[in-house]
Amino acid sequence: MNIESFFQHFSNAVSLGSLYALIAIGYTMVYGILRLINFAHGDIFMLGAYFAFYCLTLFMMPWWVGFIVAIGLTACFGILIERVAYKPLRNSPKVSVLISAIGVSFLLESLGVVIFGGIQKAFPIPDIFGKVVVIAGISIVSVNFFIPIIAIICLIALMYLVNYTKTGMAMRALSKDHEAARLMGIDVDRVISYTFGLGSILAAVGGIMWGMKYPQLYPLMGLMPGLKCFIAAVVGGIGNIAGAVVGGFVIGFIEIMTVAFVPELSGYRDAFAFILLIIILLVKPNGIMGEKLAEKV
Amino acid sequence: MLKIEGLTVNYGGIKALKGIDMDVPEGKIITLVGANGAGKSTTLRSVVGLTKITSGKIYYQGQNITGKNTVDIVRSGIVLVPEGRRIFPNLTVYENLVLGGYCEKNKKIFDERLEHVCTVFPRLKERLKQKAGTFSGGEQQMLALGRALMANPKLLMLDEPSLGLAPLIVKNIFEIIQTINKSGVTVLLIEQNAKAALEIADYGYVLETGNIVLKGSGVELLSNENVRKAYLGIA
Repeated sequence: MNIESFFQHFSNAVSLGSLYALIAIGYTMVYGILRLINFAHGDIFMLGAYFAFYCLTLFMMPWWVGFIVAIGLTACFGILIERVAYKPLRNSPKVSVLISAIGVSFLLESLGVVIFGGIQKAFPIPDIFGKVVVIAGISIVSVNFFIPIIAIICLIALMYLVNYTKTGMAMRALSKDHEAARLMGIDVDRVISYTFGLGSILAAVGGIMWGMKYPQLYPLMGLMPGLKCFIAAVVGGIGNIAGAVVGGFVIGFIEIMTVAFVPELSGYRDAFAFILLIIILLVKPNGIMGEKLAEKV
Repeated sequence: MLKIEGLTVNYGGIKALKGIDMDVPEGKIITLVGANGAGKSTTLRSVVGLTKITSGKIYYQGQNITGKNTVDIVRSGIVLVPEGRRIFPNLTVYENLVLGGYCEKNKKIFDERLEHVCTVFPRLKERLKQKAGTFSGGEQQMLALGRALMANPKLLMLDEPSLGLAPLIVKNIFEIIQTINKSGVTVLLIEQNAKAALEIADYGYVLETGNIVLKGSGVELLSNENVRKAYLGIA
């Protein structure tokens, strides 16, 4: 492999890893406070991409307006899903909520087929993201530069929100003790909505950038990335935001680099994440950054 | 300030409280003593709406708060320090205190309260940036009290503050409770450590399997024959 194609693969892996990281955070945050794997998260990602598509094609909005509207809409949907499908089950056994999540996932996928249509749609890539940039003989599509930059901006914003705002503190408190949080006068349902909103925003950002990197949209597009990002969250240590980011990059790199170095395996591209999941569960079930917190009674 | 009338709570088929009446006058320390499983925690949890009430009424400052939701009750000034302290171990001391004062939006008032809590608990002040989970039991109890004070309670309810603590620290905690009370906060204290509780209480209730069997001033109950036998281990 020559150095040019290596760098092409490298930039590809960085941008794919960034997307996985953004989506994986949504899984990990929701798990952190509700102990729920939100299987609908991959479909929220799909909704983000489709909303952007319609904003740009049907409503002819300027791309940045369209993207913001799509992200906002997706956040509202994320919050709505929690209110309708998870909140009524707050005091039910965990498995009921899990089944509800799987149901929502199927519902969104099927509604997607009915409303958006099963035929693939081409994402209208704004010029600025579609340029081919040539640096030292290596040609890279500009979206591959934008993705990591936008991902980093999102991550910094999220870290600020989670670590330095009162609502962020409440989110972290909820990950340990809902009842004690209520005794502080914290409106638990509001904090949960906020968490779903944040996770959905990140999923929408991921979905839109995914659409620009792999510009075919179809209603089941969230399924495989959703599963891989769930694995990324587990690999990184579920409940841990930094872990989700690490897990996202690990999976992005393994996927791109294995195919790059061993092209014969390219048909197994989607399998690597699952193999990694099995290995992690055997070797380090708490995940790379998962820790057992010492608690005193 | 707080008035409980005919409070009954059933957990499934089990009657945890069988109709108790209590009165917590403003500015006093009232204690509820009793053995394990007598219904002490259930009483406090019912007041803040964490446990569903079967029948009975709870009045706070003349208003019926029966069945109100926890957040509203806490915001009206009733703060419960739950059994086992329940501090947030993954958060720093400072963050725990911030959440204690979650409902206070005014930064200036918030800072004054933080200052006040730091004077009452100098040990917390030294360790604001430390993770609360690394604290010893006594320190966690102080943090739990500090966190409760951040909410500026009018009525502070304490569930077994001495549980699992060394005698010297228990003494310290009870002194702090008295100090808090002197600053104008009404205290409702429940304890298995009946002696310590009755010594600082203005008035006490003895709870036995869901019924109040005795009541009287702290001094009266301390000298009561039955109380001495059953709870103080003195014949």
